[in-house]
Amino acid sequence: MTQQNRLNSGGRITRDSQINFSYNGKSYPGFVGDTLASALLANGVDIVGRSFKYSRPRGIVAAGAEEPNAIMQLGATEETQVPNVRATQQELFNGLVANSTNGWPNVDFDMMETFGKVGGKMMPPGFYYKTFMYPQSMWDTYEKYIRKAAGLGRSPLENDPDRYDHYNQHADIVIVGAGPAGLSAALVAARSGARVIIADEQSEFGGALLHSTELIDGEPADQWVAKVVAELATFSDVLMLPKSTVNGYHDHNFLTIHERCTDHIADRAPKNTSRQRMHRVRTNWVVLATGAHERPLVFANNDVPGSMLASAVSTYINRYAVVPGKQLVLMTTNDNAYSAAFDWKAAGREVVAIVDTRKQGGGVAVTEKAKSLGIKVITGSAVVEAQGSKRVTGVSVAGLNDAGDKVIGAVSQLSCDTVASSGGWSPAIHLSCHTGSRPTWNEDVIGFLPGETVQKQLTAGAINGAFDLASCLAQGTAAGIDAVQNAGLTVAGDSAAASAEQVDVNKPMALFHIPHPKSTSRAPKQFVDLQNDVTAAGIELATLEGFESIEHVKRYTAMGFGTDQGKLGNINGMAIAAKSMNKSIPETGTTIFRPNYTPITFGAIVGRNCGGLFDPERYSSMHQWHLENGALFEDVGNWKRPWYFPQAGETMQQSLERECLAVRESAGVLDASTLGKIDIQGPDAREFLGRVYTNAWAKLGIGKCRYGLMCGEDGMVFDDGVTACLAENHFVMTTTTGGAARVLEWLEIYHQTEWPELDVYFNTVTDHWSTITVTGPNSRKILEQVVDDIDISNEAFKYMDWKAATVQGVPARIFRISFTGELSFEINVQANYGMRIWKAVMEKGAAFNLTPYGTETMHILRAEKGFIIAGQDTDGSVHPYDLGMGWAVSPKKPFSFIGKRGMNREDCVKENRKQLVGITTKDPKVVIPEGAQAVNDPNEPIPMTMLGHVTSSYYSACLGHSIAMAYIRNGHNRMGETIYYPLADGRVVEAQICSPIFLDPKGERQNV
Amino acid sequence: MFYIYCPHCEEHREEEEFHASGEAHIPRPLDPESCTDKEWGEYMFFRTNPRGIHHELWVHAIGCRKFFNITRDTQTYEIKEVYKIGEKPTITAASVTAAKEV
Repeated sequence: MTQQNRLNSGGRITRDSQINFSYNGKSYPGFVGDTLASALLANGVDIVGRSFKYSRPRGIVAAGAEEPNAIMQLGATEETQVPNVRATQQELFNGLVANSTNGWPNVDFDMMETFGKVGGKMMPPGFYYKTFMYPQSMWDTYEKYIRKAAGLGRSPLENDPDRYDHYNQHADIVIVGAGPAGLSAALVAARSGARVIIADEQSEFGGALLHSTELIDGEPADQWVAKVVAELATFSDVLMLPKSTVNGYHDHNFLTIHERCTDHIADRAPKNTSRQRMHRVRTNWVVLATGAHERPLVFANNDVPGSMLASAVSTYINRYAVVPGKQLVLMTTNDNAYSAAFDWKAAGREVVAIVDTRKQGGGVAVTEKAKSLGIKVITGSAVVEAQGSKRVTGVSVAGLNDAGDKVIGAVSQLSCDTVASSGGWSPAIHLSCHTGSRPTWNEDVIGFLPGETVQKQLTAGAINGAFDLASCLAQGTAAGIDAVQNAGLTVAGDSAAASAEQVDVNKPMALFHIPHPKSTSRAPKQFVDLQNDVTAAGIELATLEGFESIEHVKRYTAMGFGTDQGKLGNINGMAIAAKSMNKSIPETGTTIFRPNYTPITFGAIVGRNCGGLFDPERYSSMHQWHLENGALFEDVGNWKRPWYFPQAGETMQQSLERECLAVRESAGVLDASTLGKIDIQGPDAREFLGRVYTNAWAKLGIGKCRYGLMCGEDGMVFDDGVTACLAENHFVMTTTTGGAARVLEWLEIYHQTEWPELDVYFNTVTDHWSTITVTGPNSRKILEQVVDDIDISNEAFKYMDWKAATVQGVPARIFRISFTGELSFEINVQANYGMRIWKAVMEKGAAFNLTPYGTETMHILRAEKGFIIAGQDTDGSVHPYDLGMGWAVSPKKPFSFIGKRGMNREDCVKENRKQLVGITTKDPKVVIPEGAQAVNDPNEPIPMTMLGHVTSSYYSACLGHSIAMAYIRNGHNRMGETIYYPLADGRVVEAQICSPIFLDPKGERQNV
Repeated sequence: MFYIYCPHCEEHREEEEFHASGEAHIPRPLDPESCTDKEWGEYMFFRTNPRGIHHELWVHAIGCRKFFNITRDTQTYEIKEVYKIGEKPTITAASVTAAKEV
């Protein structure tokens, strides 16, 4: 291949070694220093995609982040697929594999184009809403084909093998953009000793200077850039981040910067290297020097490949030594764009004409230069239409009236293969909008400028509408000085701005939409948003249909959607909407921008927080034993708790039945270490407990334990647990596993904000203790063999007592409390002894068939006893009386404890509330699904009267029938009555209401 | 993401270390039993949700675990003031309005 559009000299590419890349399965050559876009243009590739709605061929339009068409799918392998990469921002490397995102079967021959041509008139804005709404059942089918036709990128089907990092950084000053303004600011800040981060999305610093032919301080602009970069590199407190997009500007001067470390090197990151980094930067001051995006002009067929931005033409020629065509017609509303024609001419190709929409044409400087180069300038005219389908073949030029809204005079034809346009520059104000600041329209700039902000933000250069080099340098330097001083530092070193030639220019013309001899609705398509196929006619139609708010126009037409976010088209679209409604642009308003500025990979967002690091996992100190003994695990909060311990050949149900029967008949052991434990100390600890629990604590003696319910101010139960009195001013509270953090914060908020006079202190000790629950009729016999020093007979160690003891030489607290209804002992030892004591218990318990069990068996055993689990049997809408646990409420306590007033509200004391009851099924084998709703009459027409739902439901091997806990309206007064559970599968389960205490209602088993 | 000054630690910390706990200065009635259902309902459920200056209760949840108050502008997200429990804000909706009128 020859790279037919490559110049023999110039540009910032390395010609010594050619590299090869693949595009749509075909190999092409390029050079280091190219972007994918410049290499495609060098090889004469005109078509890079098919349009979203009409499937029209599209070519490269821009040279930077604003490119709407050249959206590529990258990746040599399935695992390295990256969707929606702009070819203009992807640096070329050897072996790069790119595919165009849309086009079926391919971009050069596209089936959809036929439909697009035929269907174009039938696809007005809102087409999808209007057409595919009904029948709704067909949506899945529609969506599949719409997605295929729309040509969105696809995500990889395999895991990303690369590594991504997050960096948390702090800075005095962050400078966004390393063009003339940004570099000038950075120089001042660096010389003053500030901690500076300067980031730019391009592969190297310099911004527009990388393709400029202007002079700074009398030398070529790129040499000035090199000097500044070299000086910045000497400061240890200056972090320079090329290839880094500041994608988000968040509250309190927090910026997210997406650095692409190796995307320019290879398909995969080299070994031990991060592919991308997300810098999360908190900075004192920000200087936005983000520049501006050139606005294309909207004219008929302005999407035919070969239609480009004027500045992009200059960029490809000067920076990449690529001339993207042979004969150029340039249309402009301003002096600035003339340089595209001059660069084209200097590259030795033909400039057919410069078409200047202004009657008076350009300023003296550009007019003289055009004259000296022999370039024809047609003033007061515009390109009203382009011809060609897969490449521009010519343009129609006609005179404009003064207002620029009507074609006057005859239409003439010019032959060309490239038409560049410039409607002026739109300041890149995206970041300034991220924190909610509304941009303001400026008539002189012909664009929106950053609005008032509460951020510590300065702006400099083209973002302020300063489009000439001298102003950019001056503003950058001034912003640098301000930032240094605002950050509380002193300006040091040379702080004079670099100089550039001031050129007199003629005022640009505020023109967005080029009129056509035919009306907009009858003229060939005039594209406003190339990525979303939004036309001038479409926007006019939207306003005619009554969409007056620009936000509604945007959503109706899809203008500014997608990965593009309206970088090229939004202002033109607003201008057209404004004109159509006879309003001004500021009256019409603007849409604002949200993060992210350009698409960002999930990898960079996630960083290392994926796989095993996605969410922290908490293990008890006996976790390894559980693993070795075949436990399956359940997630409870962040804890991994043994769910059950299946033995070879067992089904889950068989395991559960074996574990349950072992506990009831001999002994079982549970790792209960995960229960929340809060240490409470202080002279007022007892008083505090009385205020946060519903029951009385005044008389709980040292060495005793008590169960408590915790309610909110609304009277609804939110946690429960046992609290032990260790000493007169020392208690230890247990909470549910998942509720531990919330309960601690609950205690703290009341102590700190309501009752600071109480002398009490809280600390979490959940991780300090391992808890081994030995339960079952033989549990005392096992305990006797591991406890070294104390008498654990029923007489010496009563139910609901706790005792300090020595277990296998280790100090322990033993609680005689029971969640199974059996004789139980909970051995608490320091967590680092947990495994040792667990193993000792297992060894001594072997003779008694001591069986480890998990959370599922724990649930069944407690349900047989009717013990609730807060969060499973409660849902924030039930108070203790609903639960049948009025015995745990002491209304006579002197202090109005939390929940007391709430549970006495009118609604809480009314008749017919849902109440927790037990349920047994007529067929003892049927287990009602949890969540099932009870009804009185299954034959009642739908909607039936629902009585309440099942909260816990199991098969009880000990009892030989299924059991459930459920809410039933007025259930406590309906004992013995029959109700029905109609299920989703059509079955109706007949059941009976009973006490939720299915086993040992007198509680004799735990007292032996 | 906010950057919050903890008045107890006396340092700025990232928002990730804090929890918001709703509107500040909503004292629990000293005698709940004398409250009507309406009064109790207002204490529990009703909040001002202002546009502009808002006093909020925050906790340095994974720091010192201390609660404190923040005066924040709900439109701009500016934190105007941070003060301890029991202290009164110096910046209020009224003081901001008064300052604008001057």
